[in-house]
Amino acid sequence: MLLQVQNLSISYFTRRGEAKAVKNFSIEIEEGSTVGIVGESGSGKSTLGLAIMGIVPPPGRIVSGKILFDGEDLLMMEKEPLRRIRGRRISMIFQDPMTSLNPVKNIRDHFSEMLRVHEPNVSKDEGENRVATLLEELGISKERSRDYPHQFSGGMRQRVMIGLALILNPGLVIADEPTTSLDVIVEAQILELLKSLKRTHNLTLILITHNVGLIAEMTDRVSVMYAGQLMELSPTEKLFERPLNPYTQALLQSVPHVMASGQALTWIPGFPPNLLSPPPGCPFHPRCPYAFDKCKNVELQYTKVEEERTVACHLYG
Amino acid sequence: MSLKSYIVARLALTVPMLLILVTVVFVIVRILPGDPVLLHFGKQITPEAAEQVKHALGLDVPLYVQYTNYLSDLIRGQLGTSFSNYEPVSRQIFSAFPATIELTIYSMLVAIVIGITFGVRASRKYGSAEDTGFRTYAIVSYAIPVFFLGLIMQATFAVGLHILPATGRVSAGNIPQGADFMGVHIQTGLYTIDSLLAGNLNQFIDALKHLILPSLTLGIALSGVFVRITRSNMLDILNQDFVTAAKARGLKERTILYSYGLRNALLPVLTVTGLQFAALLGGAILTETTFAWGGLGTYLFRTIQAYDYTAIQGAVVFFGILVAFVSLVVDALYAYLDPRIKY
Ligand SMILES: Nc1ncnc2c1ncn2[C@@H]1O[C@H](COP(=O)(O)OP(=O)(O)O)[C@@H](O)[C@H]1O
Ligand code: SF4
Ligand SMILES: [Mg+2]
Repeated sequence: MLLQVQNLSISYFTRRGEAKAVKNFSIEIEEGSTVGIVGESGSGKSTLGLAIMGIVPPPGRIVSGKILFDGEDLLMMEKEPLRRIRGRRISMIFQDPMTSLNPVKNIRDHFSEMLRVHEPNVSKDEGENRVATLLEELGISKERSRDYPHQFSGGMRQRVMIGLALILNPGLVIADEPTTSLDVIVEAQILELLKSLKRTHNLTLILITHNVGLIAEMTDRVSVMYAGQLMELSPTEKLFERPLNPYTQALLQSVPHVMASGQALTWIPGFPPNLLSPPPGCPFHPRCPYAFDKCKNVELQYTKVEEERTVACHLYG
Repeated sequence: MSLKSYIVARLALTVPMLLILVTVVFVIVRILPGDPVLLHFGKQITPEAAEQVKHALGLDVPLYVQYTNYLSDLIRGQLGTSFSNYEPVSRQIFSAFPATIELTIYSMLVAIVIGITFGVRASRKYGSAEDTGFRTYAIVSYAIPVFFLGLIMQATFAVGLHILPATGRVSAGNIPQGADFMGVHIQTGLYTIDSLLAGNLNQFIDALKHLILPSLTLGIALSGVFVRITRSNMLDILNQDFVTAAKARGLKERTILYSYGLRNALLPVLTVTGLQFAALLGGAILTETTFAWGGLGTYLFRTIQAYDYTAIQGAVVFFGILVAFVSLVVDALYAYLDPRIKY
């Protein structure tokens, strides 16, 4: 197993209290697979991704759990070896390419500084060749490599970000809403690119998104998150065939309405809970049509329903 | 717009700005109570003699004629003759200027070094006691009057500990003379440079010793602003997405701190440097007076006391041109450092 996240809990210790952004979360990721993490905004998806990278920002802190990468617990590692894993063995693609590149560095410098720090033995020429090959594959012409981030469109910048995530052939790539901030046409292009890179580079990918359509299109397995908790874990096909958790059912039925601000809004009535004071029991119970007494005061537990399917819901025992 | 045409446009803007400055100063020195002639010769001077002096100084014609005469002189690059000793004002300014430049450079250096080291450190230790310490330093150093700080410095290091000279630019009779290069005599008036040119290390150390207290005084007084700006910009930059992304690429903390953090945070710091330059000159006047530093500040102070209209006007115009020039240089530098800016 390439990555095993076990009972991971992450909280932001804010002035107003502890926000449990991720609670008792577990997932396993096999080499070569694409796993989706889906959930509404604020459900803790990005925090989870940052935790795997080891860069949860303060006041966030990993409270408990394990993150085993190639069998080694990242949470027990020293700072320096962990830094050497980042970008080289696990890398991340971010949501907003417009703000994710250093404005005072050109594209080539972004790549060369990364090669220099992680693979100091690679000669300058070889490094440049590798960058050139990758840029070509990404559809960025060589002449543009000395251009600065502001000279590129959002889609092109995201291609650069993808390139930076792939240049060192990492074992695991985490893509956090990689197309959310792009317009529809560019989004489709970037998705195609990701799909083809997945094949050519045999990527192991964690795809974080609130977009159910992307999950269906891209992933082998999916974990559904709500208020920091895993609600359901399932092969993608089976999930869409027959969602088990009431929250998953609601999520899949929801037709996203695009508001003026461009934010997707699901029809699920009510709001996700305030993580500073989440409801006791199942966090979904105030919005769940099937909620019964137990849901209001008994914490969720995982039930293995069938082979490869886990669900957290009191309806299943 | 190319950088060149931007500079031309900026220079064109400088002209009306200077004209306003010149006019305001012209009016102010004439509204100030006090008569330069009486001040100069005392009350004993006969009315006839006073008239003669006024005539010689061009003060017997109506104000608007004085004003137009003054402007036409200015356009021809003439700052006029000093009332108090009949020397050309421009010569006086140029002989006082190097002292001020030297003090300014070293003070700026002190301010920037303190500002950046404290500011970066505070941002790294955000929210800690150390951070609070740096923030307190920034406020105190900003609030403390320059001359008061200067007096404390003198009292401590010169009078108390006897390790540094209290006043002046060099020890008596020890003025560095520069050197001849290929038949040309080079003398900058910056004593730390002239002494090195002459290869006289003792003179250099002497000049440096004299520089320490005044430039620390002025530098510390200015550093508060730099600490604050560096700290707040670093905090802002270090929270940006591209810093998170850089961390995710496994870059070293130093790289992130300097070539991602500081490199971006410095751009606004640079702007402040330009803006602070006027404050720096203001501070230089007070510092120079405290440390008997024979520069433009002392000169301006003296000419104001002497009601020396032409000299006051000349000094202020010179300060104005200097500030305009520095802000232009800073802008050009900004454009050079920030690839996003194209004029
Ligand atoms: N920097 C932060 N400081 C405090 N709380 C945070 C911070 N970042 C995230 N959170 C909390 O963690 C929750 C999960 O956030 P996030 O992981 O970004 O969710 P998602 O990516 O699913 O939208 C948010 O609802 C918020 O309450
Ligand atoms: S545990 Fe209860 S409230 Fe939660 S999803 Fe299941 S039925 Fe609904
Ligand atoms: Mg997110």
